[in-house]
Amino acid sequence: MELVCPAGNLPMLKAAVDNGANAVYIGFRDDTNARHFAGLNFNDKQIREGVKYAHDRRVKVFVAINTYAQPSGWERWTAAVDRAADLGVNAIILADMGVLDYAAKRHPDVDLHLSVQGSATNASAIAFMQRYFDIKRVVVPRVLSLAQVAHLIEESTVPVEIFGFGSLCVMVEGRCLLSSYASGQSPNTFGACSPAAHVEWRDTPQGQETRLGGILIERRSHSEAAGYPTLCKGRYQVSGELRHAIEEPTSLNTLDILPDIMAAGVSAIKIEGRQRSARYVSQITKVWREAIDSCERNPKAFRPKERWHQILAQVSEGAQTTIGPYERTWH
Amino acid sequence: MSPANTATPNDTPHRPRLTLGPMLYLWPREQVLDFYAEMIESPVDVIYLGESICSKRRQLRPEDYWEIAERVAESGKQAVISTLALIESAGELKALERICADERFLIEANDLAALDFLDGRAFVAGHSINLYNHRTLAFLAERGLKRWVLPVELGRETATDLLAARPEGVECELFAFGRLPLAYSARCFTAYNRNLGKDDCQFCCGDYPDGLVISTQDGDEFLSLNGIQTQSASTHNILPALAEVSAMGVDLLRISPQSEHSADIVRVFADCLTGDLDPIEGTARLRDWAPSELCDGYWTGESGYKAGLPGQRAL
Repeated sequence: MELVCPAGNLPMLKAAVDNGANAVYIGFRDDTNARHFAGLNFNDKQIREGVKYAHDRRVKVFVAINTYAQPSGWERWTAAVDRAADLGVNAIILADMGVLDYAAKRHPDVDLHLSVQGSATNASAIAFMQRYFDIKRVVVPRVLSLAQVAHLIEESTVPVEIFGFGSLCVMVEGRCLLSSYASGQSPNTFGACSPAAHVEWRDTPQGQETRLGGILIERRSHSEAAGYPTLCKGRYQVSGELRHAIEEPTSLNTLDILPDIMAAGVSAIKIEGRQRSARYVSQITKVWREAIDSCERNPKAFRPKERWHQILAQVSEGAQTTIGPYERTWH
Repeated sequence: MSPANTATPNDTPHRPRLTLGPMLYLWPREQVLDFYAEMIESPVDVIYLGESICSKRRQLRPEDYWEIAERVAESGKQAVISTLALIESAGELKALERICADERFLIEANDLAALDFLDGRAFVAGHSINLYNHRTLAFLAERGLKRWVLPVELGRETATDLLAARPEGVECELFAFGRLPLAYSARCFTAYNRNLGKDDCQFCCGDYPDGLVISTQDGDEFLSLNGIQTQSASTHNILPALAEVSAMGVDLLRISPQSEHSADIVRVFADCLTGDLDPIEGTARLRDWAPSELCDGYWTGESGYKAGLPGQRAL
């Protein structure tokens, strides 16, 4: 099973490579990828250096071009695909059918992966994408139980990659417009959920307020820690009760079910977090490398080490982690 | 008399037809049957039928919807069978395949799986199929696309570009009125907020005929939970821009069903289309009938919850 690690810049890429990633995924410095954050991502020179660094150490490089192109910006997406192909990366991760169609016809020799943003959650959806775009891998949205993932792998001839760790999208990726409803910009159209330019922090007598596009998405006491301001993890009033109406401020950690993930036939496990730091990437990669190696040696005897959990807990967003949708009780 | 009625045929402005989107909630069976009996009598041109949110809801089976579709067709309206928006399980996939195997009616694809089953046949792409550009439009037209519903977060700018690029014989439908469909999840949020698991949901979404509204901590209605779907609390309304969308060449305007006043809302749109009612005046009536405030931000390129078109707020 391949370990796919995030790299928002060159130091992160090197940290992933040095600590045992089998592949790193990166993006260009614009809205063609779903981590379009200020100061993040790669220009061509950095990509060239990164690709060389990774390839010299037999680590693959994937480029995510996984947002949805609109006619007014179309050339930005085709240019990004052309650049990725020219840079000799191992695969391009795409979501938009139009961009997939372009890439499959223009660069038939380049491997295409269907991004999690492509929203393929079943065997027929994957078969359709395979038929027309010859996708070589599918990253499945964080909505399936592990039993459903296992079934999907049986039914499909496309290798499956799943998210194993990091911040948790509660909605089917590629089909969540909550961010644009509040701020005008969404992962699909802009490459970011709850974009920083639309977030406002305010200290008030009632507590610390977080607003997105003017909408109050959280108000916490001054002693509570503030996380990344995604609106699906805020507290709202539901039938007169204040609660996390969509999801708790929790992040995904599947370390405990790693043997089941392997047994299901998952081809690659992805770590979320291109927007995090080189320290995050090196720690996470090291732990997951050790865990995967240990599990592959002897899956039956596999027990996550306490030390791994401690390290992961230190870098997790929010105080708690969850196995998320992979466990049926989450649904 | 209205300009539309006095103009010569050559000057007649393009007039979009009205559609009734699929009913998105869990209503009692009798209420659903009564609802469609009433809508068949209303001036809507196309009726979308079928469960598109949750495979556990079975108060009506595909057979029931096909039967209603027959009656819709007999009344001279077009019936379209709508399908589940999120397909996860093998059972759901099988059920979808069965619906897609029926060739009597046009089918609306809402998950990529339906594109697979409908490949090569005439189909409609619902708003949750991500059709954001001309190349996707052309690609799907080659597969059999006859109509697409613009993804709801796209506005007038992209609509204009896509209309200019549309292949021959492909129609554009706009989500014109209703709570906006914003997201889908594996989790049932209605059950979650009733502290029930999805597998033991007790069909509690049936208690909220227009969704369960959640509000911000300062009291603003924000979202509406409908099972695994999250909708806007505000009601999107494009009526004040009717002249603009007509002139752009939008072919169909979708009105999303709500538990009360849907027939009234359809009549207001119809009267505005014939020129018998001014859209701003019509919007004033819609304000009374919507379950919430009106919004239109997506259309004008703003945050979806905002309202910038004239008449959306009472003065």
